[in-house]
Amino acid sequence: MRRLMPTGWGLIRGYAILVYLFMFLPVAVVVLLSFNASQFGSFPMTGLSLRWFEALWQNEAVLRAFRTSFLLGTLTAIISTTLGVLASLAMVRYQVPGRNLIAVVLIAPILIPEVVLAVALLLFLQVLGIPKSFFLLLMGHVIFTLPFVILVVQARLVGIRREYEEAALSLGASPRQTFFAVTLPLLAPAIFAGMLFAFTISFDDITGTLFWKPGGVETVPTQIFAMLRHSISPEINALGTVMIVLTVGVPLLGAAIARRMAMQRGA
Amino acid sequence: MSVEARERRQPWILLSPALTAITLLLFIPLLFIVVYSFWLRTAVGGVEVTFSTENWEQALTDPFYRYILFSTLRIAIITTLFCAILGYPAAYFIARAKGNRTILLLLLMLPFWISYIIRTMSWINILGVSGAVNTSLLSLGIVTEPVQMLYNEATVILGLVHFLLPFMVLNVYVSVEGIDRSLEDAACSLGATRLEAFREVTLPLSLPGLAAGGLLCFVLAAGTYITPLILGGPRDAMFANLVFEAIITQLNWPLGSALSLLLLVVLGAVVAVYNHFLGMSQLSRGLA
Repeated sequence: MRRLMPTGWGLIRGYAILVYLFMFLPVAVVVLLSFNASQFGSFPMTGLSLRWFEALWQNEAVLRAFRTSFLLGTLTAIISTTLGVLASLAMVRYQVPGRNLIAVVLIAPILIPEVVLAVALLLFLQVLGIPKSFFLLLMGHVIFTLPFVILVVQARLVGIRREYEEAALSLGASPRQTFFAVTLPLLAPAIFAGMLFAFTISFDDITGTLFWKPGGVETVPTQIFAMLRHSISPEINALGTVMIVLTVGVPLLGAAIARRMAMQRGA
Repeated sequence: MSVEARERRQPWILLSPALTAITLLLFIPLLFIVVYSFWLRTAVGGVEVTFSTENWEQALTDPFYRYILFSTLRIAIITTLFCAILGYPAAYFIARAKGNRTILLLLLMLPFWISYIIRTMSWINILGVSGAVNTSLLSLGIVTEPVQMLYNEATVILGLVHFLLPFMVLNVYVSVEGIDRSLEDAACSLGATRLEAFREVTLPLSLPGLAAGGLLCFVLAAGTYITPLILGGPRDAMFANLVFEAIITQLNWPLGSALSLLLLVVLGAVVAVYNHFLGMSQLSRGLA
């Protein structure tokens, strides 16, 4: 292929490299500026320092936002993955009548623009007497992470064969024993992947969160948003660097753990 | 209960929590805002239960709303085109590269995991008054005063393209990856040039992936309000900003309901057209 059209392929490669640069350069600049020693946190850089990370560490509002985001993300991951794993089991393991319709219903929350979902949920719960609250925020995050969890978990479940469970049952294990000794360990990587996905999406969300959050409660993205409204201080870049490490590092770490779990299972 | 009856009930027991949650937290609320959009806001800020088409008339006839609706669609279309122009060759490169394709794909998908708001605001560091570009221009003596490059429609589109490009790349990649390479080789051995083989074989076969990526980019771009708030000027509002204004700032919930339903109908029509011609299967492949 390359022998026939070396210039064409070279052009495509060069173009792709430019696209990679376009994707990464702005993010790299955020990380670079977060270590900036200069007082205004902009170019030209005067040196390297950790002062903005220290400032961040002492910023009570930022720390509170982190605690809120962690709690919200963790609860969202637990609830959403529980619902998602059960639904995925039904979809992959059983002949469900009307499965195409059910499949559409299960991913409906991402087929509908998030703004519309946010408005509908907010107004409906307000009329039921449930004000803007952490509970509303949690319900919102569960509903729009659910389709992603279902898609990820389903993809992983397809590979787990039912014969393992049937073997356990035929060898005399009770259904309960079978579930805890066979099914659950087999499901673990799928559950783990689902939770990770839900946590990351919840942790990063701002579109719905700005509608649902009560006054005074900030998640990390809404806190950044509020800080941006004033001016772009190097503290935001430092916060950005922390977010980048978290939102990229956590899934990468998770993928590594999931791979190890899968390998142990295979061995 | 017989074994078969239990076997039949089992999937419904497993599905019921998820289906209940989606019904209670999505479908009923959606029906509810349809009703809500016919109610009225009273002068004291409460809501009058009535049947009035006033909100809908305002949403459909107000020239400002219509102007914003059209500029939202324009921004979404331009964003989608740029995603296609940037994303297709990159995805083609990854799918046909000789090296480790998984790493190449993962690398381009990494920004997908990086916080949306961080990626959006990162452009301020590049294009802002004291950003990288202005600092370079000043120090090279090309300009004497910082150039105002931010807070216009172009920067909104730039931010959206940067945000949505991974969706396009992933969809095109899945599609190109599924095309048997030997088809192109066969075309070449029959006398076609590499470019002709691509144009006649690979490109048509990868169009479903391009269309699926395009749909995702379009719908996600048209529904955003954060990017215009961060990278746009006061005059670069998009339709979702109107919804946010009505609901959060003005607390006019009936009007906000009508506006968000209008957005849903417009975007729903685009999805319906797509579904009619191409079906949803390609889309779920790209998502998973």
